[in-house]
Amino acid sequence: MRRARRRRYALLVASAAVVVGGVAAGCGGGGDAIRIDGSSTVGPLSEAAAEQFQAEHHVPVTVGTSGTGGGFAKFCRGEIDISDASRAIKDEEAAACRDNDIAFEELTVANDGLSVVINPDNDWAQCLTTEQLKTIWDRGSDVDNWSQVDPSFPDEPLELFGPGTDSGTFDFFSEAINGEGGRQRSDYNNVGEDDNATVTGVAGSTGGMGYLGFSFVQENADKVTAAAIDGGQGCVAPGIETVQAGEYAPLGRPLFVYPSGDAVARAGVHRFLEFYIDENDAIAGQALLIPLAAGQREAAKQQIEALAGAVGGAETTE
Amino acid sequence: MDRWRIRGGARQAVEAAGAETTLTVQGSRSRSEGWKSLAFIALLLFSVLIGLALLVTLIIDALVEGSSRLNLDLLTNFPSGVPERAGLQSAIFGTLWVIGGMIVTMLPVGTGAAIYLEEFANPDRWYNRLLEVNIQNLAAVPSIVFGILGLGLIVRGPLSLGSVAYAGSLTLTLMVLPTVILASREAIRSVPPSLRQGSMALGATRWQTIWHHVLPNAIPGIATGTILAVSRAIGETAPLLLVGATVFVTFNPDGPLSEGYTTLPVQIFNWVQRPQDEFRVLAAAGIIVLLVVLLAMNSFAIWLRNRYQRPM
Repeated sequence: MRRARRRRYALLVASAAVVVGGVAAGCGGGGDAIRIDGSSTVGPLSEAAAEQFQAEHHVPVTVGTSGTGGGFAKFCRGEIDISDASRAIKDEEAAACRDNDIAFEELTVANDGLSVVINPDNDWAQCLTTEQLKTIWDRGSDVDNWSQVDPSFPDEPLELFGPGTDSGTFDFFSEAINGEGGRQRSDYNNVGEDDNATVTGVAGSTGGMGYLGFSFVQENADKVTAAAIDGGQGCVAPGIETVQAGEYAPLGRPLFVYPSGDAVARAGVHRFLEFYIDENDAIAGQALLIPLAAGQREAAKQQIEALAGAVGGAETTE
Repeated sequence: MDRWRIRGGARQAVEAAGAETTLTVQGSRSRSEGWKSLAFIALLLFSVLIGLALLVTLIIDALVEGSSRLNLDLLTNFPSGVPERAGLQSAIFGTLWVIGGMIVTMLPVGTGAAIYLEEFANPDRWYNRLLEVNIQNLAAVPSIVFGILGLGLIVRGPLSLGSVAYAGSLTLTLMVLPTVILASREAIRSVPPSLRQGSMALGATRWQTIWHHVLPNAIPGIATGTILAVSRAIGETAPLLLVGATVFVTFNPDGPLSEGYTTLPVQIFNWVQRPQDEFRVLAAAGIIVLLVVLLAMNSFAIWLRNRYQRPM
């Protein structure tokens, strides 16, 4: 009886020991992996790049999506090799990188057309000026009916949908339309990070309006319509050509990755970044984003070489 | 020592009093109150049904939406940006490593704390009272706070483990410890004091009493606490995203300290956010897989519990 019980305990202790032993022995897995983290908008793009790259090269790549800010925080501590960003690095983030001697370069790897979506039954707001958008979305705005936006618009209640305030999309839209990052009315349907909720909301309300990334418009063309935007140069609809040509202003935006100098010095990372640019059409296509224009591609390739050269030079002088 | 016995005695008295009350209640039940108790039972049944109906609705919804992707490819493929190729292999292994690491850390720490608080701690001391209040309050702290704690304490800072699977295990351990401690204490408390007294009377030391008599009888209750803890931890996304779970990994963790891991809820969360409808189908299928993994782990705990359960 007693021996049986002891054996049971031994079983428990042994299984615990096996796992603890595994803890001690498990060091060093995935050491050569290319570690990418950051924006959840750029995440699918880096994921597509990683997937296609791994099909040809035996270099493991991991992609995380802890947000643009979270990605930079890790990047400037040297915890990751490449940071995905849907906005440019902020001064204080760049300072943190400098403090830790982390050299970096801002590479544009794709374009996005931030799209203002309306209900398919909405036939009066096919084209909106940036002033009208500001009237609707600015801080303190109490516009709740389309007729308040323009006298020619019908008497239709306005229902607004938009991402949460942590989102890079929110930052970009509020700066482009209201002139200051974070400046926006707060009484809208906040969908947080779930842009699909904006699609559902706008599709279900005749007077609905929201904004989100171009990929969601591409996937949901039957449910919502992307309005053309008049930024002073006439009405321009979001599309691959208009965004690449820079005509879709001010809501066209570049998407970035920030590789560190130390990472580019590694052959695997260097090859990965070149692959990212060379195969850009296929990668951006898989992620439903807008590929680089020819000029952007050239610029990015030169930047990779410059960063690799700068690090190589620094190493020889040391 | 004396306090120990007296407490046991007091508890017996309370139990006896409780039994008497039950008897009185039953005795005084008259016919006019019959419908009241019937209504009460109906109300209880209704409450149970609400929970069950919600659960069944969710499962059926996930099954209907995800059934087209519930196949072997889903289990053997790695994550992919192309929905047709995407699978859960690295997420399943990641979940097993993270939750497995959590269980082996949580059990000794949680049970140890429960033994101390039940068998050794003097409840009149201020620090023991502070401990109790703290443990009860910790159970109500949102999981994201534990994620921040894990990032500052385990991934960076004093422990500096980096974004490894075991850092996720430790963070989840902190999160579920209050549940485990409370359940284990309940289990230890429910071991009859006569058992302890008998053991002590036969000359066993306090440690022998606890190790050979109290703990084996408390194992079913401790296992229940573990099941609750695993059920809560296995669905957590937010704290794991903070401590470094990724969304795209095409290799399995080769140990608790391997960097670059993902888990099932993190993968599901990632898929739900995607623009393509196909990813939402995948997410529904992923939810089913998560449920199956949870049921498998809990069945194992129940099997273990039944093995240890002995008639007293």
